[in-house]
Amino acid sequence: MKRKGLKVTKVVMNAEEMEKTLNRMVHEIIERVGAKPHVAIVGIRTRGVHIAERILDKIERAEKVKVASGTIDIALYRDDFFKGLASPEVGPSNLNFDVDGANIVLVDDVLYTGRTVRAAIDALMDYGRPASIMYAALVDRGHRELPIQPDFIGKTVQTTRDEAVAVLLKEVDDEDKVVVGER
Amino acid sequence: MKHLLGIENLNRDQILHILETAVSFEEINQRQIKKVPTLKGISVINFFAEPSTRTRMSFEVAEKRLSADTYNIAVSGSAITKGETLADTALNLQAMSPDCLVIRHAVSGTPHMLAQIMDCSVVNAGDGFHEHPTQALLDAYTIQKKKKRLDGLKIALLGDISHSRVARSNIHLLTKTGSQVVLAGPATMMPRDVEKLGVTVTNDPKEAVKDADVVMMLRIQEERESGLMYPDRREYAKFFCLDDKLLAHARPDAIVMHPGPANRGVEIEDHIMDGDRSVILEQVANGVAVRMAVLYLLLGGSNS
Repeated sequence: MKRKGLKVTKVVMNAEEMEKTLNRMVHEIIERVGAKPHVAIVGIRTRGVHIAERILDKIERAEKVKVASGTIDIALYRDDFFKGLASPEVGPSNLNFDVDGANIVLVDDVLYTGRTVRAAIDALMDYGRPASIMYAALVDRGHRELPIQPDFIGKTVQTTRDEAVAVLLKEVDDEDKVVVGER
Repeated sequence: MKHLLGIENLNRDQILHILETAVSFEEINQRQIKKVPTLKGISVINFFAEPSTRTRMSFEVAEKRLSADTYNIAVSGSAITKGETLADTALNLQAMSPDCLVIRHAVSGTPHMLAQIMDCSVVNAGDGFHEHPTQALLDAYTIQKKKKRLDGLKIALLGDISHSRVARSNIHLLTKTGSQVVLAGPATMMPRDVEKLGVTVTNDPKEAVKDADVVMMLRIQEERESGLMYPDRREYAKFFCLDDKLLAHARPDAIVMHPGPANRGVEIEDHIMDGDRSVILEQVANGVAVRMAVLYLLLGGSNS
């Protein structure tokens, strides 16, 4: 899935910067959850999943431990379901660990209104009662519509509501880059 | 898509999209809390004017797991017994602004008529001899899960073809996805010119089952038959009951399906129905996920 129809106005993160940013986030996550039991890294579909996989890989290599992981699809939990849009594509969630008592780090590409995280938290709660949920996003572009506060942020980017922020990832877009553009 | 009235008017991509969407819903049915909030505030009326266990329960389970509000009406206990016409009943239901009507009726075309006079989405849960689209979708989902594909398969449909809406919907679906469908049954139960739907017809069940990947048995529908279709159940079973001898002609990895309810010992031997190759109860399990996908796609806003 490439981001089509986006007129790029500036590049806010290149591949090298993304790598460094992810490394720093990984250190922060380890520092924060390192001592906790039952840690799990959960990516929000679709791009959050790839970022979560990278974070997971870095944590496992740095700490030489196996960490639980999963993916979560929020299509069925969206609050804009009946706003006249087409039914969003829904994909399977996959949480192969016990959510009860887990310390979960939710991972997404861009934090914007906060509605996606809200939906992801609701979805997680349907699987059990986690001990805690933390939230990591590669980019925080502002304009929150819900009282949501991230725990780990890669980069804060000033944007207007008219602009779009796209995180491009090697896994799906052949390159690592974060761009701001006009829709 | 606003209504699901039949498979005949769906194209291959629409069919595959529904099946693909159903995969995500199957996961919900395996959770401890089998419920998502997606259709919160949506009202669905289940109107079954014919007896049903599986389909009625399956729709209701699917609706409740999507958090829809469900209402059930049966003919007995409704004002239809006082002489109200179906159209008037429908208009009165419409006045209570439901979002969806799931309808089963003995008269072919009833869902299509209701779709014209009502504003809500209409889902055909079986109309007469005509179509039973969600059954064909759940059958296809089951086949795809077992065989990893829906094209290039040989699928044998055996039994009472002419009274079977399941057969009709399956024929439309499986030929659209590129499989070979072979029908066999008593000549009295074979619709005239059914070859025009792109299927092969034979009177010999062995020939139909030969090298088949899927053997789908159909129920003899005594409630719809005029009584002159075959001499008696024993005579029917002698020629068309799925036993070991007949199944031996199929591929060694062939699966056995039946839409239910089954007449044990008439269409299918007990031990085959309960045996390793039977996926009959998996069909039922998959039915919930498929119906959740259909409701999700129909009721989730204005999609194409």
